[in-house]
Amino acid sequence: MQKQAIFQSKLLPYALVAPQLAIVLIFFYWPALQAVIQSFLLQDAFGLSTSFVWFENYLELMKDRAYFEAIVRTFFFSFAIAVSSLSFALLLAVMADKPLRGVMLYRTLLIWPYAVAPPVVGVLWIFMLHPSLGVLSRYLRGLGVDWNPLLDGDQAAALIILAAAWKQISYNFLFFLAGLQSIPRSVLEAAAIDGARPMRRFWTVTFPLLSPTIFFLLVVNIVYAFFDTFGIIDTMTRGGPGKSTETLVYKVYSDGLLGGNLGSSAAQSVILMIMVIVLTGIQFRFVERKVTY
Amino acid sequence: MVEEEGFRRYVAHIILWIGIAIVAFPVYIAIVASTQDNALIANGQMSLLPGGHFFQTYYQTIFVGTTGSTREPVGNMMLNSLITALLIAVGKIAISIISAYAIVYFRFPFRMPIFWIIFITLMLPVEVRIYPTYKIVADLHMLDSYAGLSLPLIASATATLLFRQFFMTVPDELLEASRIDGAGPFRFFWDTLLPLSRTNMAALFVILFILGWNQYLWPLLITTRDDMQTIQIGIRKMITTSDALTEWPTVMATAVLAMLPPVFVVVVMQKLFVRGLVETEK
Repeated sequence: MQKQAIFQSKLLPYALVAPQLAIVLIFFYWPALQAVIQSFLLQDAFGLSTSFVWFENYLELMKDRAYFEAIVRTFFFSFAIAVSSLSFALLLAVMADKPLRGVMLYRTLLIWPYAVAPPVVGVLWIFMLHPSLGVLSRYLRGLGVDWNPLLDGDQAAALIILAAAWKQISYNFLFFLAGLQSIPRSVLEAAAIDGARPMRRFWTVTFPLLSPTIFFLLVVNIVYAFFDTFGIIDTMTRGGPGKSTETLVYKVYSDGLLGGNLGSSAAQSVILMIMVIVLTGIQFRFVERKVTY
Repeated sequence: MVEEEGFRRYVAHIILWIGIAIVAFPVYIAIVASTQDNALIANGQMSLLPGGHFFQTYYQTIFVGTTGSTREPVGNMMLNSLITALLIAVGKIAISIISAYAIVYFRFPFRMPIFWIIFITLMLPVEVRIYPTYKIVADLHMLDSYAGLSLPLIASATATLLFRQFFMTVPDELLEASRIDGAGPFRFFWDTLLPLSRTNMAALFVILFILGWNQYLWPLLITTRDDMQTIQIGIRKMITTSDALTEWPTVMATAVLAMLPPVFVVVVMQKLFVRGLVETEK
């Protein structure tokens, strides 16, 4: 698609794209290229010499049990966060889609957590569920749970998933509500005339018609769980206890922070880059045409 | 025809209120904690009702900061966050709208390659190029500066795409009309296109401001001086010391202050917010 009415100028268009292009090249492409190059290099322990080692850094990663565990963990977190947040948000959106009084108020009261920053989400939840002073920990202990997410890896993981899913409810709710409102009433009425009860109407009419929205949100939630959970993890557990809440992004960060293996850290970045490309590709290939608002 | 009997409606209201309670509970606890005495909280005896330390805690937090190691007033952190968020939001909009203008209203060699170069940055979030980007910013001597906090983040494929899409829908007659009036590319942009883009810019601004205010990983990497840290970084440093020393009322007050501006924006400019969110995600 092109415009017919345009301006003639040789230099002006370049001047107009120059600022964005400069930033993109200096702060996006150059570092990305550095990461790719770095991932093929091996530095000796003192940083005195580097040698080109082909895929050795990648092969080392593949053999590294901790890296494998981080991959599995990241996918598990993504799945758990997406499913729990999406199902709760869908329930709320279906309720808010009914002709109720005060729907706008409900919407306002449900969407604001979108604006809460991940590190703040982490602080809020660790405070509530802190082993020694959390207000909710008292009740958990009252129920006989030996609650200590600072020592127990599984509990720490559960806490991260809970906090991350909580933040994402508002986003999912908003898009589900938009999706539900775009379903024509006539279709639901036709189903009602055929005698379908509300539950049946939901599973046979609403849910299939909502599937593009669900798929879109699934991709967005996975991307969110991959990247935006960094702040939550960093304020709550710092990847611990042990490595039980260390995701791929957190691993790149903490491995590099310790000043450890630059080549390995770069190889991890490149693998992440490929994952983002795949996810974004899926999002554009399958989502853009089908989702309508 | 799709009737809702009274009972079902009743259930819907109850479920929605339960949802609202779940969503609001952590924030309620934070607000309550920020008004209580630290000793009480540290003993695990925090009350679920507000205490009497509201003014004392918030005064201390905003103007003095914690009494511990990182003694930096949160008011200063908020100022840093505000400047960074505004620079990011305004910067992204400014450079994206002119790029989109060039791509839509001019024909020039490498037009589409340039468009794709900008577009592909969607696939290069800061998380996948953490340390190389840090190194470049360090080499440019931009650590601990507002330029370092904002400049590397102000490229925006999403905003460029959005403006491009919008410009494509602007009727050609407008350009022809303003050309008859003798307007060149600058006049047309300033007098016709910018006013038409106002709603889009506002919606985008709301989303980008929140995005900028909530930045975490990047400022964490490049700020080393306490007086340059944003509020998101400040809050993390407050809980870094051993548990016994954490001043929880101050931490919770900082959490509340960190939430206040972006939540305020979402609630007050809800229409623009929803529009911006849907537009940028399409």
